[in-house]
Amino acid sequence: MLQVHNLEVVYDDVMLVLRGVSISVAPGQIVALLGANGAGKSTLLRALTGLLDVHHGKITRGSVDLDGQPVGHLRPAQLVTRGITQVMEGRRIFAELTVEENLRIGAHTNPRQFKERADRVLTLFPVLADRRRDTAGYLSGGEQQMLAMGRALMANPRYLLLDEPSLGLAPRLVDQVRDLIVAINETGTGVLLVEQNATMALSIASHGYVMETGKVVLDKPAKELLSDEDVREFYLGLAGTDMAGGTGRRSFREVKHYKRRKRWLS
Amino acid sequence: MIELFEAVFRGLGQGSVYALIALGFVIIYKSSHVISFAQPGFMIAGVVLVTYLVELPGIGFWVAVPLATLLTGLFALGIERAVIRPMVGRPIFAIAIITIALDILIRTVAHAYLGINVRHVQDPWGLRTMSLGPLTVQQRHLAAVLAAAALVAVLFLFFRYTRMGLAMRAVAQDQEAALAQGVSVGAVFAMSWAMAGGLAAVAGSFAASGRSVDPLFWLIALTALPVIILGGLDSLPGAVVAGLVIGVAQALTQSYPHWVSFLGTNASVIVPWLVMILVLVVRPYGLFGTREVERV
Repeated sequence: MLQVHNLEVVYDDVMLVLRGVSISVAPGQIVALLGANGAGKSTLLRALTGLLDVHHGKITRGSVDLDGQPVGHLRPAQLVTRGITQVMEGRRIFAELTVEENLRIGAHTNPRQFKERADRVLTLFPVLADRRRDTAGYLSGGEQQMLAMGRALMANPRYLLLDEPSLGLAPRLVDQVRDLIVAINETGTGVLLVEQNATMALSIASHGYVMETGKVVLDKPAKELLSDEDVREFYLGLAGTDMAGGTGRRSFREVKHYKRRKRWLS
Repeated sequence: MIELFEAVFRGLGQGSVYALIALGFVIIYKSSHVISFAQPGFMIAGVVLVTYLVELPGIGFWVAVPLATLLTGLFALGIERAVIRPMVGRPIFAIAIITIALDILIRTVAHAYLGINVRHVQDPWGLRTMSLGPLTVQQRHLAAVLAAAALVAVLFLFFRYTRMGLAMRAVAQDQEAALAQGVSVGAVFAMSWAMAGGLAAVAGSFAASGRSVDPLFWLIALTALPVIILGGLDSLPGAVVAGLVIGVAQALTQSYPHWVSFLGTNASVIVPWLVMILVLVVRPYGLFGTREVERV
């Protein structure tokens, strides 16, 4: 169980970015984390993978627990060894290395099992097998996203954290990425899926969190989130549609209403 | 014609030394974006170590050089750990200045061990010559070329095939992404400094063959500066090629001073810097450096 309790993260000693966030991801579960830009989703992932340091961030309160043990203070390499791996936003593959070398870096913490893990990753992403010896920077956007996911899987994570895997991909590729996430999850890997594409994320997740300005404002099973009126309006763009799909026109007066209502819990 | 080729070969010998020192600069720069001015210090430290080691019974040049290389590498690693690591995340400029201080410090201590006596690395070549086809070349130059070639080959294999080498290349490209894969960036920094120190020690040992080690010896390492600028700060092949180019340019102007007589006597000393300036006018990022893409 990967858990975060009342986490507070401060950047540069002044910017309070997370204000008491609590979430949990059970083994083998897909959890969606939604939120607008700047809500603190990426910061939360950094706190989970030990990458706050790079950005001068610090955990000032609360804890990150893996199976009941605090892991918030560990270095990224130690967290990877314990089974938490992140696919960073924007893919961040090593463009000048070949596809295979990227995968080898992914297996950095456990080079002995490179071969069997590579076989598994290449069966999951056949497109990478075809382009094994190519320079990674020349792959298409979708292939790069697969490579980034494959590289993370090389560490054989128990919990895979995905930061906006659908970013900049065509709708068909988004579907493909979604199916791959499900396939990865079926092998027993817990997935924390940070997404702007709420429809996609909630369609496969069992539980969902909505974050806003450093807080979790909604914490519900994905099904309930999908039918939640606010989520439908602000994240799914289904304003004014009822569950049956009928549309009604909205006037500007109601847009004001949107602004007032969006202060969820205050 | 023979004379010309002999001068070129002399230049290649000298250039190999420059290339080895420059490789150290580039390896550190690539992994941590720090320009380490401590390379001359490591070279002197390595050479002084060799001169002392060869005086021990049973240790000749061939044992002393690898041993000194190892020790200098460890020393550089220690320096990185103690002085440079706490500065990670600080302005690169500040770290560069610290490396200048380190260089002065290491050199001063090493020079104290040089003293006023003439010290030798007791290399097996001296100034002996041999014939290479029609050419008569000094053995020490051939040795330097061969040593550099061997080390470059080892480095190539290291960066290509080993786990650590691959991690170093990954860190050079994207530090945070490498961290996220479980690469220890600290280990990569330490490794790059150790390699730079070791390379400087080898370079120094070959530069010192056929001559004595004196307090002006470190000026050889200073020539590695125009070399790395010429080759492009972040290019390993660039460091090798530029090292050889500058070595040859220097040797040619030594052998044919009338070519550059307008620069006065002893022009070969400034030739590396001249070549650097001329190339930079045409290619500001060096021969092989990554062109900086900047949006205006």
